[in-house]
Amino acid sequence: MTDVSVKMDAPFEQSLLDRSPVPTIGKEIARIDGPRKVSGAARYAAEHFPDGVVHGVLLRAPVGCGRITAVDATAALAMPGVLAVIRDERMIRNAGDFGGDAAPVQGVDEVAYFGQPIGLVVADSLERARAASLCVRVSFESAPGVFDMMAARDSALPPTDDIFGLFLIHTEQGDVERAAGEAKFLVDTIWETPSQNHAAMEPHASVAIWQEGRLTLHGSYQSPVVTRDQLATVMGLPPSQVRVLSPFVGGGFGGKLGVMPEAVAAAIAAQQLGRPVKVVMSRQQVFETTGRRPMTHQRVRLGANRDGRLTLVQHETITDQLEGEVFFEPAGLATHLLYAGENRMVDHKVVRTNKQLAVSMRAPGEAVGLLTLECAMDELAERLGLDPIELRLLNEPETHPEMDVPFSSRALVDCFRQGAARFGWETRNTRPGQMRDGDWLIGQGVAAAARGNLFGPSRVRATIQGDGRVLVETEMTDIGTGTYTILAQIAADLLGMPLEQVEVRLGDTNDPRSAGSGGSWGATTSGSALYAACAELRARLAAAAGVPVEAVTLANGVLTAPGISRPISELVGNGLSVEGATEPGESNQRFNQTSYGAHFCEVRVHAVTGEVRVLRWTSVFAAGRILNLQTAISQAIGGVVFGIGGALTEELVHDPRTGKIVNRDLGEYHVPAHADIPAIDIQFLEERDPVANPLHAKGVGELGVCGAGAAVANAVYNATGVRVRQFPITLDKLLPGLPPVAG
Amino acid sequence: MSWIEADSGAALTLSVNGMRHDLKLDARVTLLDALREHLQLTGTKKGCDHGQCGACTVLVNGRRINSCLSLAVMHQADEITTIEGLGTAENLHPLQAAFVAKDGFQCGYCTSGQICSAIGMLGEWREGWPSHLGDRADAAPAIDAAEIRERMSGNLCRCAAYPRIVEAIEHYATHEGADA
Repeated sequence: MTDVSVKMDAPFEQSLLDRSPVPTIGKEIARIDGPRKVSGAARYAAEHFPDGVVHGVLLRAPVGCGRITAVDATAALAMPGVLAVIRDERMIRNAGDFGGDAAPVQGVDEVAYFGQPIGLVVADSLERARAASLCVRVSFESAPGVFDMMAARDSALPPTDDIFGLFLIHTEQGDVERAAGEAKFLVDTIWETPSQNHAAMEPHASVAIWQEGRLTLHGSYQSPVVTRDQLATVMGLPPSQVRVLSPFVGGGFGGKLGVMPEAVAAAIAAQQLGRPVKVVMSRQQVFETTGRRPMTHQRVRLGANRDGRLTLVQHETITDQLEGEVFFEPAGLATHLLYAGENRMVDHKVVRTNKQLAVSMRAPGEAVGLLTLECAMDELAERLGLDPIELRLLNEPETHPEMDVPFSSRALVDCFRQGAARFGWETRNTRPGQMRDGDWLIGQGVAAAARGNLFGPSRVRATIQGDGRVLVETEMTDIGTGTYTILAQIAADLLGMPLEQVEVRLGDTNDPRSAGSGGSWGATTSGSALYAACAELRARLAAAAGVPVEAVTLANGVLTAPGISRPISELVGNGLSVEGATEPGESNQRFNQTSYGAHFCEVRVHAVTGEVRVLRWTSVFAAGRILNLQTAISQAIGGVVFGIGGALTEELVHDPRTGKIVNRDLGEYHVPAHADIPAIDIQFLEERDPVANPLHAKGVGELGVCGAGAAVANAVYNATGVRVRQFPITLDKLLPGLPPVAG
Repeated sequence: MSWIEADSGAALTLSVNGMRHDLKLDARVTLLDALREHLQLTGTKKGCDHGQCGACTVLVNGRRINSCLSLAVMHQADEITTIEGLGTAENLHPLQAAFVAKDGFQCGYCTSGQICSAIGMLGEWREGWPSHLGDRADAAPAIDAAEIRERMSGNLCRCAAYPRIVEAIEHYATHEGADA
C-alpha cells in the first residue's frame, strides 16, 4: 500500500531536484531503453509466443448502419486448421476510451458503423485464419445512417457529459452580439477540420492467455490498468484476476487508451478454446475499428477596437460522435484562456453520426481549436494592419480571462519574443503573395501554442536493494515519451545513484497504479509519485545513519553528512522499499496551469502546381522544468510534425453514402514522411512551476501539435494570399487563387 | 479449390543473419511473417503489411526490401539480414549507436526498419544510384540531409523522429568505418 503521498493544495516551493549534487535532470540523457529498441530486442504486444498460441482475425460489418441477420461459417469451418468462428455478445462494438471501468458498448448484431467487429475467426496459423475470414458469409439488413456530418449540422445538440468537468460545454460572459455590432474590426469565419487517425506505427495487438481462471493479456496500451478494468468488466471478472502487460508500446497518441476490440476478442476466444490466442489488427482494421479524431465545423468570431484590443472572443464548434458516447472534441479549450477580451462565448455541439468512435487524439481540443483560432487571429491582425505577434502581445491577459484565477506560470510573451529572434521574424514577407523565388512563393507564419496541465493520482514503488541497485516499478507506460529514462533520472538524482544503477519496470498492472500515458500528464504524475517515494527513502536512509535528513547529501551511492560518510547499500539491510503516490489537490482549481509556446514556419508554395513545402521551423516552448532535454525536444518535434500533417495532408475520408473509410491505409492517409520535414529548431525556456508539482514541470507531449498547423496555414496565406478554411490545405484548394502563370 | 492447394506446406531453408533454418511453411507466409512468427525474430516489425510504411525493411543480399511484400518461399537462395544481425543491445552496430545518441526514435516500432533501410540506402548511394533529386554528382563525397530525406521516405515514423533519424544517418555516413 501507499506509504507516502504528495497532494498539491499549495505551491511546492523547494524541490529536491534543485539540490542534486550530480544532476541528470534537465540534461540531454540518452534513453535507457534505447539499446533494446534499436537492436530489436524490445518486445511489443504481438511478439509473445505462449505454448499452443493460435491466431484470430476479426470479422467486420460490411454495412454502415443496420443489423447482422445471419452469419454462415460453414465454408470457413471446413477449411484446414480453422478452430472456431466466434460470435459472442460480450465482444465490444465500440472501442474503449480513457474514462472509467465501464464496458464499451458490446454486441455483434446491431451495426452502428462500417467495419465494426462482429466476430472472430480462429485458426492454427495467421494465413489460415485470414483466408477463412474471407469465406464467412455475412447477411445483413441495412438501415438509413447518418454519414455526412456537415449535411446533418442542423441536428447538432449539446454534448451530454462534460468529461469530469474538464471539457466546458458552454461558457458565456458579457454580450457577444452587442460586442459584434460595436466592434470596429470584426473577423467572422467558418472552418472545417477533418477526421484523423492516430496511425501509431504499431497496430493494436493482443495475446490472451488463461491460466486457472486468470487472464493475462499482452497488449499495446497507453493505460494498461484502464484496459484491465474495462476488460474485467466485459469478461465478468474481478480486476484482480486480469493482468495486462504493456512494457513497450509502439506509439499511442490517444488511440490506445481504453480496451480495444482485439483484446476482448482474444480473451473470449482463448477462454473458449482453452489455449492462447493472438489477435493483431491489420492496418485497415486500425483505421476502421479503433478510434478517430472527429471532424469539426468551427465558427470563430473575433472583434477588436482600433488599437487592436479584443472586445469579442467567440468560438463555436460542431463535431460528431456515435450515438450514446460521451466524448466530444473540446475545440474551444484554449480559447477560454489564450487572449483577453470581455465579451466571450465558447460553445460545443455534437452531431450523432454512424462512424467509428471519436476519441482523444494528441491534444484533443487544442490541436484543432488553436488551428482555427490562431488563423483567425492572423486574419484580424491583417485587418488591423498589425504585426501578428503585436496583436497577440496586446491581448495578453494578466489572469484567466474567464475564471477568477491566476496562471501558475505563463511565458507566452517570452516564447514569441525569443522565437521571433531565433527565426528572424523581422525580415519576413509583410505583403501576402509578394515574396518569390523563381516558381516558388515564399511565406512565413506564426501561431501560439497552449496546452492545459493537470495533476492526477498515480503510484510508484521505489526500492533500494541490498546490493545498492535501485528498482522503480509502476504500471505507467513509455509509449515513446521517455518514461523509462526520466523516472530513472529522478531516482538517480534523488537517491544519489549513478543512472546505470537504476532499473525501471513499466506497463504491468501487477505494479502500482499510474495515471497512464495520456493528456501530457504521465511524466509529471508518475515522476511526482516517484519523488514522494524517494523523499521518504532519503528520510529512512538518514534515520538509519543517525543524522537529520536536512544534513544529508546523497551522491555516487554514498550518504554524507557532517562527520559521516557511508555507502547507501550499507544502510538498507536487505532492501528498503517505499510506495509513493500523488493526489490532485486544490491547486488544480486555484490556478490555471498551462504550457505555452510559439511556432514560426516558413513555407514555399509552387506558383504553378500549388505544392506546399515546409522550409524552415522554429518553436519556443515554456513548460516548467524540462526533465530530459533530449526526449523533450523529440516530443516537441513529434508534435510539430503532427501539426504539419494536420495542416497539409491528413484527412480521414468517410464515404458519405455508406460511412466506409475510403483511405484506410498508410498509402492513402498521408502522414508526413522524411521528405516532408526539414530540420526543426526547438528551444525550451528556463521555467519552474511550483504550483504544478514537486518536479516544477508541466506537460510536454501534446504541446508541440497545438497551434503548429496554424503557423503552417498562416505561412501559406502569407506566401500566396490564399486563405484556406477547410483543412487540410491541399493544392486543389490553393490553385484557383494562385497568380496567373506567366506566358 | 485453390486455397487448399496453396495451404499445403512447402519445405524450405532460409539463411538469416548467417544461420540456416529449415522450415515447412504455408506457401502464403510472407518473409516478414516467417521471420516474426516462425523464427521469432521479432525485431522486424509489421506496420501495414502492404509495403506502405517500411517498418518491415530487411536486407536481402545487401539490398533493402519490404519483407511484407515478399513470400518466404522466394528466398531460399538468399542471405537475409535483419536488425538482430546488425548488432545486439550489448554490442550495437555503429548506426544503431548513432540512433541512440541522436534520439532517432521514440516508440521504437519503426526503428528496425529505419536502420536496415539506411544501411541499404547508403549502399545504393555508394553504387551511384540516382534519386528523385536528380543524378548525383559522381564526385559527391558524402551524402547530405536532403538526399537522406528523399531516399528514406519509404520509412514512416509517426512519432516523427525524422530530423534526428537524418542526423543519426548523416553522422554514421560521415564517420563510417571510423566508429566501426
